[in-house]
Amino acid sequence: MTKKSDDQKNSKPLVGLFITCLVDLMRPSVGFATVELLEQAGCRVEVPEEQTCCGKPGYNSGDLANARDVAKRVIEIFEPYDYVVVPSGSCAGMISRHYPKLLAGIPRWENRAEVLAEKCFELTGFLTDVMGFTAPAPLSDLSGRTFTYHDTCTGLREMRVKAQPRQLLRNLRNVEITEMKGTEECCGFGGTFAAKMPDISRHMVDAKIRRAEDAGAQIILGGDMGCLMNIAGRMKRLGKDIEVRHVAEVLAGRLDIPAINGKGE
Amino acid sequence: MESKSSEFLARSSEAMRDEHLQSVLNKLRAGLEYKRKAAILKIPNFEELKEHARAVKDHTLANLDHYLEEFESSVIESGGHVHWARTSADLNRIALEICQKAGALRVTKSKSMIAEETGLNTVLEEAGIEVTETDLGEYIIQLAEEPPSHIIGPAIHKTKQQVIDLFKNHHDLGERELESVKSIVDEARKVLRDKFCNADVGITGANFLVAETGRIGLVTNEGNGDLTATLPRVHIAVASIEKVVPTPEDASALLRVLVPSATGQPITSYVSFFGGPRKQGDPDGPEEFHVILLDNNRTDMLAGEFRDMLRCIRCATCLNHCPVYTSVGGHAYGWVYPGPMGSVLTPLMTGMGKAHLLPNACSSCGRCEEVCPMGVPLPDMLRQLRTIEREQGLTPAGWRWGLTAFMKLLQHPRIYHLGARWTTAALKRMGKKRGSIASIPVGSGWTKVRELPSPEGRTFQDLWRQKNRKGASGNE
Ligand code: SF4
Repeated sequence: MTKKSDDQKNSKPLVGLFITCLVDLMRPSVGFATVELLEQAGCRVEVPEEQTCCGKPGYNSGDLANARDVAKRVIEIFEPYDYVVVPSGSCAGMISRHYPKLLAGIPRWENRAEVLAEKCFELTGFLTDVMGFTAPAPLSDLSGRTFTYHDTCTGLREMRVKAQPRQLLRNLRNVEITEMKGTEECCGFGGTFAAKMPDISRHMVDAKIRRAEDAGAQIILGGDMGCLMNIAGRMKRLGKDIEVRHVAEVLAGRLDIPAINGKGE
Repeated sequence: MESKSSEFLARSSEAMRDEHLQSVLNKLRAGLEYKRKAAILKIPNFEELKEHARAVKDHTLANLDHYLEEFESSVIESGGHVHWARTSADLNRIALEICQKAGALRVTKSKSMIAEETGLNTVLEEAGIEVTETDLGEYIIQLAEEPPSHIIGPAIHKTKQQVIDLFKNHHDLGERELESVKSIVDEARKVLRDKFCNADVGITGANFLVAETGRIGLVTNEGNGDLTATLPRVHIAVASIEKVVPTPEDASALLRVLVPSATGQPITSYVSFFGGPRKQGDPDGPEEFHVILLDNNRTDMLAGEFRDMLRCIRCATCLNHCPVYTSVGGHAYGWVYPGPMGSVLTPLMTGMGKAHLLPNACSSCGRCEEVCPMGVPLPDMLRQLRTIEREQGLTPAGWRWGLTAFMKLLQHPRIYHLGARWTTAALKRMGKKRGSIASIPVGSGWTKVRELPSPEGRTFQDLWRQKNRKGASGNE
């Protein structure tokens, strides 16, 4: 059943990369950084072509029928892999926390959803908790700038991501996070919430930005493109210049790529 | 109480422009979060206590009819009366009848969310009865003619200066100046003392209804509940049916998680149990004791998918930790219960039609569920309400069709990827100069307050395929 058995000689775990619609569309660099990290950690990585998105926007807005169909597709596509790794806490949470609820009571699918849920991980959680990935010495030293970390809600509460990115940043890039206040508070993204209730969302993201400024941050990191685009987009509108970046890129040492709120040409 | 939940967006925008309110909410957010955390740290087995409290509630809910009947017989046995109110109007009518029968002109009240739910004060006042709220917060909003903005601290939205101004307008202060919080409290105490002594009927809420003993449990910090229950001739307790617990021990199990969560105290200053009228030889107590039990759609909840909501013990932790509540305050929600628990209860009690925006006032951050001592799955229930909203055709058409089309598209990878390639290229061109896009036609709420950052211009899938093709041909 698993693809691993096709390739007995290779004992490296085979990871199916769930790229997420936002990384695919907005920021492929995060995807390449993710592949690089997974390979460094000793995985083989495949990117199934038929994948699209986890279906969370519809699910959260009450379209359960379509969300179920999308969930079944994702399960079919990814169940052959040893692990499913996602550079996003939100999509990983959708697969591992919500698919089982969504398909509960549906014969065959309930079980398949639970099996997939068990092997689905957010990137930094996977690198640390499953692969035990560490470098003997930092691969490079990025400690010259002040970084802060936004704990994205789903990563934190659904995928238990908190210490892992900090530990990896320290270990791989000699980066010590300067914590801001309220790091576990929502940035106001919330998927369609940001567009449905923009004024409240703005109020929340402004609080986040203020706290990053108070901490003296030059760079805000996080593990979810949605939240990062929200913070970056608001920062742009306000003309502020704290850089917003995905943690995978920094872990891969890629500070040379323009930030998400980078300048135009 | 009449619902204004359909005005949520306008009311919340106004609230975010109100500087006084914002300063209060900022303090609330920091203060209560910190107090709760500190309190819980001091209780090493808090997780166990929570689990036990949940088990008590689940057991009670599973046998609710039994325990309600037991409660009724215990009350009757101790000489009191139990009245059943299916709707808010029923409760108000019953309470008014009791007051009129007692020839009541003056009523004192301690804090009760159930009375807020039914709008009891208005009904009594319209019948010519003077009603005085005796909880300081409730007293303040009564003077201000406002509904509560928080289920524990009803006047939490008021600054000290606003309270002083209110007192200046309503009390005869003469030469006296109010400055400190203490002077405010003393002033209220002085006025309320008279009210306590002259009241004919006292109306309280109830945190617990103990089936075994027929007593009601009241948790307060001001002691006003005790004076309301014991001084007047008649004591009426109003409570919803899910407040019943089997035994006094069970009440204490809930108490132990309620108070640290609510106020950060190990226990409130007053925890009192009342039941039955004064017996011969009792030094105090009322001549009559009535309990009015309110349903108001709760039995429907019990039988359906929102049953877990009945575990709620109204500790307000979910409000204090909700980023939407702490942004807009309680009045924006337009009815009695605000925040995450309110966004579940309001549509269930007042109907989806008026309240369907509330389950959307949620970024699905999951903090409410994380902190809720009773493990109420608030985010799941809010999502379920959005599902009902969609089924009832209340979702705005643009969102509904846009999202449905998107969800269908996800099931056609070839078209999806083609569309993604085209979109990312187009967005890249649009954002070339600024590095971001100032306005987009679809989901324009996004660009109302922020830019859309420019994409890198090619999709990952596209680049990955190209890279692998090159890699493969290089190997040949
Ligand atoms: S839902 Fe939970 S956190 Fe909110 S008031 Fe009820 S018991 Fe407290």
